Amino acid sequence: MSTIRVLVGTRKGAFLMTSDGKRRRWKVSGPHFGGWEIYHLKGSPADPDRLYASQSSSWFGQVIQRSSDGGKTWETMGNKFTYDGVTGTHLWYDGTPHPWEFARVWHLEPSLADPDTVYAGVEDAALFRSSDGGQTWHELPGLRTHGSASSWQPGAGGMCLHTILLDRNHPERIFVAISAAGAFRSDDAGASWRPINRGLRSQQIPNPTAEVGHCVHRIAMHPSRPDVLFMQKHWDVMRSDDAGDTWREVSGNLPTDFGFPIDVHAHEPETVYVVPIKSDSEHYLPEGKLRVYRSRTGGNEWEPLTKGLPQRHCYVNVLRDAMAVDALDPCGVYFGTTGGQVYASADAGDSWAPIVRDLPSVVSVEVQTLP
Amino acid sequence: MIRVVLPAHLRTLARVDGEVKLEVEGKVTQRAVLDALEASYPMLRGTIRDHVTQERRAFVRFFACEEDLSNESPDALLPDPVATGAEPFLVVGAMAGG
Repeated sequence: MSTIRVLVGTRKGAFLMTSDGKRRRWKVSGPHFGGWEIYHLKGSPADPDRLYASQSSSWFGQVIQRSSDGGKTWETMGNKFTYDGVTGTHLWYDGTPHPWEFARVWHLEPSLADPDTVYAGVEDAALFRSSDGGQTWHELPGLRTHGSASSWQPGAGGMCLHTILLDRNHPERIFVAISAAGAFRSDDAGASWRPINRGLRSQQIPNPTAEVGHCVHRIAMHPSRPDVLFMQKHWDVMRSDDAGDTWREVSGNLPTDFGFPIDVHAHEPETVYVVPIKSDSEHYLPEGKLRVYRSRTGGNEWEPLTKGLPQRHCYVNVLRDAMAVDALDPCGVYFGTTGGQVYASADAGDSWAPIVRDLPSVVSVEVQTLP
Repeated sequence: MIRVVLPAHLRTLARVDGEVKLEVEGKVTQRAVLDALEASYPMLRGTIRDHVTQERRAFVRFFACEEDLSNESPDALLPDPVATGAEPFLVVGAMAGG
């Protein structure tokens, strides 16, 4: 029977949770790296025992950890993230030029084929790659030196590159998303990039349909259909059927279309999950109810999923990297909250149960389906 | 023999208990001590001072002999009791936060 391993990053350490395919009883280990912020940890699709973790603190900066035994033991890897060549400037919050400064790694995306190759999305926004298992890191500078980059401006959480999607059908293709620059695509393995934000409308920026400047919160794809992308933007849930060339809104009947995470069912490419949040000024759930919304029609028609989730006095948030799906049938769906709960559904969202309730604030959730 | 006391998080990262003991060739300066520390414990690179500029991270402080040496030149000689091993060189995580 398969094993499920949930990798949870929190403000004060990492936690690993394992269960059999029934996904009812869980073993929890951690905190690993206690006291440190773990923005993200993720396993290699090519070697599930190879895990990478981004560990950071305001005091001691960035650390990269690697495990080769599924999280039982860890070794410290390279943490030298140096921008390639002239650093240049982006816009600061007040509109003045500000030099690029490395702050932390937000997201680690292991290669689909090679356990030693892993991408890192960092703040200030740039994409790095390691091809030696995390010992050394090299920037793919074509993104940061894109002609629009001097006009990029940070979102409230910093100018972070938070989403990296790799395409099984097109190994040279990479999608990334940056707050608050927008989405970008490379078709040459990261050498060159172009913005893919046509169709996005952001009323909060001077030109609502600008080529860049959109606060994209998260992008998701189904691996079998990589030209179809789903996006949770600051406001608006969006869909693209042409690898990001154009987008259309699919918020439909959602109670609010502000939110952070978005993910796609493992076996149903038209089934999508979001967690609506009341507004960008409140950052908590509407009506005190924790509701995941599911669309089985690729957007526009959404149903609330509430069974097992608190429906009163709940004012948590679910952050952009804190939702994931497993590959079992029925598909498991997982998410973590800023209140420290990690919820699991073993029936594609029909019902939910907490794995844990009282962790530090959850930043990221990833899931591995192990044979 | 130079004695260095690390903050708890860096002791965990370096997998050491208690003080770290280092041999430092030549003049005993902050830079020489940190160079020797990072040579023995490469996982500490970048956590105390910046990889490139070698500047002290903002929330890290250096103390020895009841003095705050954080803003001294990295090439200034450390006090004799540090150089002789009578007193430790303290790397401290600044009290920052609410």
